[in-house]
Amino acid sequence: MSHLATAGKMTGIMAAFISYTAKNLPDDVLARLEALRSQETEPLAVEIYSLMFRNLQLARELDRPICQDTGYMQFWIRCGSSFPLIGELEGLLTEAVRIATAETPLRYNVVETFDEVNTGTNTGTGAPTFWWDIIPGWDGCEIYTYPAGGGCSLPGHAMVLMPGQGYEAVVDFVLERMTSYGLNACPPLLVGVGIGTSVETAALNAKHALMRPVGSCSENERVAKLEQLLEDGINAIGFGPQGLGGRHSVMGVNVVNTARHPADLGVAVSVSCWCHRRGRITFDSDLNYTVSTHSGFDMGGSK
Amino acid sequence: MIEVRNGRTILTTPVSESDLARLRIGDVFYLDGELATGRDSVHERTVYEGKDLPVDIRDKVLMHAGPIVKQKEDGGWEMISIGPTTSMRMEKYEYDFVKATGVRVIVGKGGMGPSTAAACRDFGAIHCVMPAGNAVVGAVCTEEILGGHWLDLGMPEAVWHCRVRELGPLIVTIDTSGRNYFEEKKTEYDRIRREQTELISKQVHFTK
Repeated sequence: MSHLATAGKMTGIMAAFISYTAKNLPDDVLARLEALRSQETEPLAVEIYSLMFRNLQLARELDRPICQDTGYMQFWIRCGSSFPLIGELEGLLTEAVRIATAETPLRYNVVETFDEVNTGTNTGTGAPTFWWDIIPGWDGCEIYTYPAGGGCSLPGHAMVLMPGQGYEAVVDFVLERMTSYGLNACPPLLVGVGIGTSVETAALNAKHALMRPVGSCSENERVAKLEQLLEDGINAIGFGPQGLGGRHSVMGVNVVNTARHPADLGVAVSVSCWCHRRGRITFDSDLNYTVSTHSGFDMGGSK
Repeated sequence: MIEVRNGRTILTTPVSESDLARLRIGDVFYLDGELATGRDSVHERTVYEGKDLPVDIRDKVLMHAGPIVKQKEDGGWEMISIGPTTSMRMEKYEYDFVKATGVRVIVGKGGMGPSTAAACRDFGAIHCVMPAGNAVVGAVCTEEILGGHWLDLGMPEAVWHCRVRELGPLIVTIDTSGRNYFEEKKTEYDRIRREQTELISKQVHFTK
């Protein structure tokens, strides 16, 4: 297959994957929502979960986006340095977004800043978003797809604390954000917390935290302890599904951390709504692919 | 009009202030009739630029929503997905918006603040939430898109005039007396949050 034809093939797979993930939740999210639903006793919360599951079923049956806010596409690319299409990835993913927008259809969610004009294609200046990690020597490529919703991007917040304020201030920072903004962001939420040295590193860590599976925990014992404490603490607040009250307010809390300057403790929070539509697809150099998030996705090319 | 049908409370447009007097915060109902969607730009245009909303929503419904619609071959519109957006973004405009349009019911997501509560009390309106992210249910409840206006604002921001049947469940979050479900709940949430912050803080003293 020519280089151009391979790029075309990958574009088609990615367009189909973006479209599929707008209509079907990842397996881990679905499993967690089912578990939370079964533990809910408040009548209003029970009714809300029934509606959510009826909606998920209708989305499958009618082949439509689960939520009208199909997000602003963001890609976290973990690309092998020897992946044949490394140079074409940004172009082909942008094209995949254009195709998925027309065919799904996705809502137009990209507005040029200052000009304040909706581009109508879900592409624009710096849109979609790309974050890159290069994996030396590998010839494959792993792509996380994430349609960032408007409502659930709104609670996003980052700041740099003084180390003397300690992790105690991190707890305060995260919990305050839950009652001021989180309850309007379509709970039960997945909460991503990033710890780093500056606002940029903390914020990107928080986004990476949202890409980790629901129910996973950090390998660092202290971080895992903080994840559990925050999860229990936010659940105890009791804002529940849609902020109207209930037993569980979150699907989980994931914390990702990197090292800091001795004088700074960067912290960020980024949340996802219950409709957490992240996807993960991994290609080998022949474009055979595996999807770890959605067992139902198969267009004939999976391994 | 307000009635009970098959065990469901149904509110039908046009809605009068006395219809709403029976609905209090926490009550659940469903909606029949006409609504218009409107988000940030629609509020900006009506409240700050003084333009008339292209759809008369007096005694009817405003939904904070930006749907996915598809144009049909005959030029009409098909509703693909519709659900509410974060209402709080419209808080700064809502008192003047309710006053100018005479809207009775605002459907959105999450809470709104004291200005909207004042508007509900002063002009006899309510704010309610539809559990969000349930946009296919919303589309199935939409019988017809009667028109699309201000399309220059883009698909999510335009005014979509719709006829709906049993849209819901809708939960009353601000009633005509100005009581605010989320604000009342928030007091309790904030109290527990402070307790939890203190409790957790005792267990995370990692800095040296």
